[in-house]
Amino acid sequence: MRRYRIGSRFYMALIFLFLYAPILLLVVFSFNDANSNVVWQGFSLRWYEELFRDRQIMGAVYNTLLVSVLATAISTVVGTFTAVGLFGMRRRWRDPILTVNNIPIMNADIVTGVALCIFFVTVIAGWNGVVVEGWNGFVTYLEENFRRTLPRMGEVNMGFTTLLLAHISFDIPYVILNVLPKLRQMDRSLIDAAQDLGCTWMQAFRKVVIPEIKPGIVSGALIAFTMSVDDFVISYFTAGSASTLSIEIYGMVRKRVSPELNAVSTLLFGVVLVLLIIINVREWRLEKRQTAGT
Amino acid sequence: MKNKIAWLSAPYVLWMALVVVAPIIMVVFYAFTTAEGLAQWGEIPITEIFTLDNFARMGTYTVIFARSFQLALVATIVCLLLGYPLAYVMAKEGPGFQRMAMVLIMLPMWVNFLLRTYAWMAILENNGILNNFFEAIGLFDLINRIFGTDLTYFRMIRTQGAVVLGMVYNYLPFMVLPIYSVIIKLDHSLLEAARDLGANSAQVFRKVIFPLSLPGVLSGVTMVFVPSVSTFAISRMLGGNNQMLLGNLIEQQFLGGAYNPYLGSAIALVMMIIVIVCMVVMNHFGEGEEQAVML
Repeated sequence: MRRYRIGSRFYMALIFLFLYAPILLLVVFSFNDANSNVVWQGFSLRWYEELFRDRQIMGAVYNTLLVSVLATAISTVVGTFTAVGLFGMRRRWRDPILTVNNIPIMNADIVTGVALCIFFVTVIAGWNGVVVEGWNGFVTYLEENFRRTLPRMGEVNMGFTTLLLAHISFDIPYVILNVLPKLRQMDRSLIDAAQDLGCTWMQAFRKVVIPEIKPGIVSGALIAFTMSVDDFVISYFTAGSASTLSIEIYGMVRKRVSPELNAVSTLLFGVVLVLLIIINVREWRLEKRQTAGT
Repeated sequence: MKNKIAWLSAPYVLWMALVVVAPIIMVVFYAFTTAEGLAQWGEIPITEIFTLDNFARMGTYTVIFARSFQLALVATIVCLLLGYPLAYVMAKEGPGFQRMAMVLIMLPMWVNFLLRTYAWMAILENNGILNNFFEAIGLFDLINRIFGTDLTYFRMIRTQGAVVLGMVYNYLPFMVLPIYSVIIKLDHSLLEAARDLGANSAQVFRKVIFPLSLPGVLSGVTMVFVPSVSTFAISRMLGGNNQMLLGNLIEQQFLGGAYNPYLGSAIALVMMIIVIVCMVVMNHFGEGEEQAVML
C-alpha cells in the first residue's frame, strides 16, 4: 500500500511538472535581460517597462477587460431573470429552450465564431447596403472582404459592439445553467410565506429569491468572466477592427515574438494566483470557524 | 401567476432566435450556395441557386480532413491514457490533498492558452530549451559517435508530434475533471460487495469501477476531441504551415488569403455534424453531461 502511494504521488508530480514547466518558463524568462526565451542573460525588469509603454498591447488588455466586464454584467442580469422565467415555465416549453441554450456551450468554438461572423457581416451588409447604397449594395458588400477595417461615411462595421454581442451570447448560457439549479433547490413555500406576510411579488423576489440563489449568480458571473477573458476563437472572428489580448498575441506569434508576452503572462498568472489564494484562505477560515462553532 | 413569471425569459428566447439560431441557419444557407449563384439571385430559379459544389470541393482537402481526425484522435487517446490514472489516484487521496490537486489542475487553464502554447514554442524550437539541454548533457555527441551522424538538434517543432503535444497539454484537464468527478461519487459499498464476492483488485477495477466511470470517460473524450479537431491556433503555432488542420482551413476561408466563406461554411457545417454525433453518443450514455456543461 505504501509503495502504491509513492508510485501514485510520483505520477501526479510528473503530470504537474508537465503542466507547470511551460508556465514557469514564461515567468522566469519575463525577467530575462536578453530578447530571448532560451538564453538567460541576467535579471532585469526591462520587458515589464516595455510592456507598459506598448500602447497596442495595453489597449488590447483594456479592451479585453472592458468587454469581459460589460459582457459579464449584462449576462448576469439577463441570465438571472431568464432563469427565473424558465423556472416558472412548463417543462414542455422549458426543455427545448434549454437545448438551444446549450448550443453555444457544446458547439466547437470555431463554428460559433464563424456563424456569428457570417451573421454580423450579413446584417451589416444589409444595413450598409440599404442605408448607404440602396438594395444593390447588399450583394456587393457580401462579396467584399469580411473584414473591412476602414468604414466609409455612414457605414457600420464589425468592431467592439459585435465583439460585445458575441461575448454576451456565449456568456448568458453559463449564467442560466448556474442559476437554474439553485432555483430548483429553493424551498417554494418561502415565497408563499413572504407573500402571506404582505410582501408584493417584487419584494418577495428581492428579499427572498435573490438571497437564496445568490451563490448560483456569483458562480455564473465568475464562469462568464473567465470565459470572456480567456476567449480567443470567437473574438477572433467577430472583433473586426477591435482587438483583444488573445488576438494581439496570435498576431505577434505570427510576425515577431516579443518577451513582453512573458511579462503579460506573468502578471496575469500572478493575479489569478493571488485571487485563488485569497478565496481558498477565506473558505478555509470559514470552515474552521464553522467547525469551531459546533 | 406562474405563467406571468415565464414571460421574464421571453427577451432571451428572442435573443437566442436571433444570435444563436439565425447564424446557424445562415451557415447552412451559405454552405449550399456559391458567390456566383447568389449573384444571379432573381435571374435563375431558386432551386438552381442551391448547389452541392462546396461539398464536392472538399474532396481536394481529404488530406487535411484525415490529418485533423488522426491528430485529434491520437491526442484524445493520449489524454485518456494520462488522465484516467491521474483522476483515479487523485480520487484515492485525502480530501485536503484532493482539493489542492484540483486547484493545481485548473490553475493552468486560467493562463491564456495562446501564451501557454507560445511557451512550448520556445521549448521545442530547433535551438530551443530542450535541444540546448540535450546538447549540454552530451546526448548529440553520444548519438553521433555511435551512429556516425552529425546531429545538432532534434526536429520537434513543426511536426505532427508537436501539434499533438499542444493538444494534450491544453486539453488534459478537460479529460481529468469529468472522470474524477464520476469516480469520487462511486458507491463504495459496490466495491466492497465485489471484493466480498471474491474479486481481486484488478477484477474490481475492470468489472465495477471502469464500467461505472464510463459516463465520465465519454464526457472527457468529447471535451478533448471536439476542441482538438477544430483547433487552428495550436496547429498554427506548433505545426507551422505544413500541418494545416480543418480549423486552419476554415480560418483561411474567412479571414485568410483563400477567401471563400461559402466553402468555409460548408466545412463548418461538417464540423457541426461531428459535434452533434459526439453529443448524441455522449447523451446516449447519460449523466456525464452535467459536468461537461459546467466547464
